[in-house]
Amino acid sequence: MVPQGLRYTKEHEWVRLEGDVATVGITDYAAHELGDVVFVELPEVGRTVAQLAPVGVIESVKAVSDLFAPVAGEVVETNPDLTSKPELLNTDPFGAGWMLRIAVSDKAQLDNLLDSAGYELLVAEA
Amino acid sequence: MAQSLGTRTSPLAAEHEALGARMIEFGGWLMPVSYAGILDEHRAVRTRAGLFDLSHMGELFLEGPQAAEALGYALTTNPSALALGRAHYSMICFQTGGILDDLIVYRLGPDRFMGVANASNAAAVSDALAERIDGFEVVLDDRSLATGLVAIQGPLAAGILKPHTDVNLAERRYYSIAEGHVAGVPALVARTGYTGEDGFEVFADHASIATVWSTLLDAGKKAGLVPVGLGARDTLRLEAGMPLYGNELGPDTTPFEAGLGRVVKFDKEGDFVGRTALAKAEAEGPRKMLVGLVVRGRGIARHGYDVFSGENRIGKVTSGTLSPTLNQPIAMAYVTPSSTEPGTILEVGVRDQRVPAEIVPLPFYKRPT
Repeated sequence: MVPQGLRYTKEHEWVRLEGDVATVGITDYAAHELGDVVFVELPEVGRTVAQLAPVGVIESVKAVSDLFAPVAGEVVETNPDLTSKPELLNTDPFGAGWMLRIAVSDKAQLDNLLDSAGYELLVAEA
Repeated sequence: MAQSLGTRTSPLAAEHEALGARMIEFGGWLMPVSYAGILDEHRAVRTRAGLFDLSHMGELFLEGPQAAEALGYALTTNPSALALGRAHYSMICFQTGGILDDLIVYRLGPDRFMGVANASNAAAVSDALAERIDGFEVVLDDRSLATGLVAIQGPLAAGILKPHTDVNLAERRYYSIAEGHVAGVPALVARTGYTGEDGFEVFADHASIATVWSTLLDAGKKAGLVPVGLGARDTLRLEAGMPLYGNELGPDTTPFEAGLGRVVKFDKEGDFVGRTALAKAEAEGPRKMLVGLVVRGRGIARHGYDVFSGENRIGKVTSGTLSPTLNQPIAMAYVTPSSTEPGTILEVGVRDQRVPAEIVPLPFYKRPT
């Protein structure tokens, strides 16, 4: 499942731009690859992040993975539900399992990311 | 997935593929790490039953009039003391006292034993045994590549297996073994496991292990038995406080440091490999001690993370995960022997933070009796 209208990174994250704010999460492909997510560490609100900088951590039963900022900007919100329900990343990665919102400093950076067709191709080749 | 040269395939590879298993390389074998998901598989074993493919393990048979003496020289335990059909947990150590592998030794007959070694060490254990039994009247038959192994574990395991074997399960105590049939094929049935639950391990030839697997998988379906991969095997054994070679055990660790000094039988007859070094290690006391930790802050302690007491780095985490049963992060760690008192609060370095963790007695989980 690769929803249309989103942007994607090669690290299997998705970005939805609404106005100047980008909502970020991981794709269902990533969620499936990780297996049961049991712990999520998210950046502090107000932190300025560079594009592709590590901003958080996703831990499954077996593995630890980094979360990268798909675009530069300021973190304006993180998903409070993930502390008690990290499994939302597995059950609803494109919805209730969203991870953070970034006030984008340069919207042109989204052009560096994959569109849904490009991401589908990436997953098909993985 | 990419498979490196020389990786071995389980005799149940086709079954795993049909079940949609995720495969990983482990100990030189391509094995299932999970099917439906590690958490579900873990909980199935704790509450119902799970079926494991452990065909990667090494099966080493020793037979001859001096089989017991030969093993007594090669290992730290005293297999001569084993009654027929009984088993014990043992270790094979280097001359230095470090651990080459941990294994279970089964007495199949007066002059016949089977040792089950870890996959990654099976060849090294086989080589060491061959060298150490030289001069004894005994023959080593390494059947690791011809023997399949399926484990059925969990509170419902005995009930599921019972109608499909001629071995009297009620008579099989924990750590015992009998020859018989499972699903109509010749098999060895042992009441052993690595999950902290009751259960059985069924050894059969490669050609017939698929019959055992399919029969038990079908038979257990109604009762909620599921196939379980190595991912849940690791979380299950960690909750049960059982050591894993490469994590808690290795050449730089003695059995005493691992809290397993009971497997070193100094009072047995005859010499054994590592005796001098182990006696010295026991007299001098451990350089480190294995402890259980429960993380009391936010974060999961993982293999390799540093352990601190105040500003001092006093050890390293050997295994850690979120315990599916306790829903808390648990870990095992080696720490300096002065900091092993349960209740002591230490800290684990989780990335750039120090997270508090409390020393607790092992195991983390004990099955209700």
